[in-house]
Amino acid sequence: MLLANGLECVRGERRLFRDVGFELDPGALLHVQGRNGSGKTSLLRMICGLLAPAAGDIQWNGTDIRTLAESYRGELFYLGHQNAIKDDLTATENLLVSETLAEAPVTRASARDSLDRLGLKGYEDLPTRVLSQGQKRRVALARLLFRERSRLWVLDEPFVALDPHAVREVAGIIADQLGGGGIVIYTTHQDVDLAAHQRIELRLGK
Amino acid sequence: MQPPLLEKEGNLLLPFRAPRTAQMNASAPIAAFACVVRRDLLLAMRRRSDVATTLFFFVIVVSLFPLGVGPEMNLLRTMAPGVVWVAALLASMLALNRLFSGDYADGTLEQLVLAPHPLGLLVGAKVAAHWLVTGLPLVLLAPLLGLAFDLNAKSLGILMLSLLLGTPTLGLIGAIGAALTLGLRGAGVLLSLLVLPLYIPVLIFGAGAVEAVAAGLGAGAHLSVLGALLVLAVFFAPWAAALALRISLE
Repeated sequence: MLLANGLECVRGERRLFRDVGFELDPGALLHVQGRNGSGKTSLLRMICGLLAPAAGDIQWNGTDIRTLAESYRGELFYLGHQNAIKDDLTATENLLVSETLAEAPVTRASARDSLDRLGLKGYEDLPTRVLSQGQKRRVALARLLFRERSRLWVLDEPFVALDPHAVREVAGIIADQLGGGGIVIYTTHQDVDLAAHQRIELRLGK
Repeated sequence: MQPPLLEKEGNLLLPFRAPRTAQMNASAPIAAFACVVRRDLLLAMRRRSDVATTLFFFVIVVSLFPLGVGPEMNLLRTMAPGVVWVAALLASMLALNRLFSGDYADGTLEQLVLAPHPLGLLVGAKVAAHWLVTGLPLVLLAPLLGLAFDLNAKSLGILMLSLLLGTPTLGLIGAIGAALTLGLRGAGVLLSLLVLPLYIPVLIFGAGAVEAVAAGLGAGAHLSVLGALLVLAVFFAPWAAALALRISLE
């Protein structure tokens, strides 16, 4: 389904990695590893089409993702380094906006339910500016619950700032997605056990 | 279920519930456009001070001229259109920096780029919301300020009309510059250097419309040109800005 060929990444004058490739089928889990600065985030942004590879190509169902454009972006969920939530909006409003834009079926009630599930009960109507780092990350992660239809999840450090309880909850959501035939690509420096029938470890920068 | 119309501003977001049907949703782009406009208006409402600074800047710059020039009615009347237009230009310039920088800083811009909609459409929505909070107030305030320059009712009307046609063009052209300078050091100054020269046609025909009326000629030709510039900008600027955003995000 997702096929990457000979990817090369050059930032500034430095070549971060070259000749990176993989092939992922439905239900596959790709764990991208590497030291800080080895290009993990760059690789994830490439997979999303935010960054053009210096060489190589990425194909979704046999077609280059640049050709697919919007129809590929409809299949994709990207959780970046930044939480992509607005400080001046409440947690619920943030979810309503982001999921409406993604054409996911969202209602005020379902947005609140998903926030409750991530342990944000009682914080749904506060501006996210007053939340802690971990709570903000949870708001960002609540989007996962609306993206079962997205067949490709790209998660950049999803577990950062989360407590062990929340890590387990998120790991459970990811496991459900893999069980439903979704592809998940993620990076983490934490020791989280994620099981999948096809699990690939990719180490960048030697 | 949700309590209807109980929570305060939050209600603005309620119509966001877009029922997803199995067939391709033809109204989806419209829903996305409306969603971005509502979001940006709501954010502006929560940060009124940002909007107020632009307006105060406009009011203060325009009111400085009668104080500096002195009560020479004839002189003031001739320079009024130019002064109001230049102040409007600078005020929209001032607000431009904020168009994308907030979304860029917190990562929401990446999500806009990755949304399954044409990016030009979403950029258009952002510019529309931006104009509603920074451009429209200038249009509404202009006649009040024009009074200080002893403009007659007809000139005031044309001044408003020219601003109404011209300020959206300023926002649209500015969006390209704002997208190109996103995330650069010293982006503010660079943005002015990039965008102000492009504002010149709008300035000439905007101020010219009022002058033409004052001189007894019709303003029709000037206003038509302003309208044509606006149509051109509406069609091309969002796509150019979208392209620039993609480059800035790499």
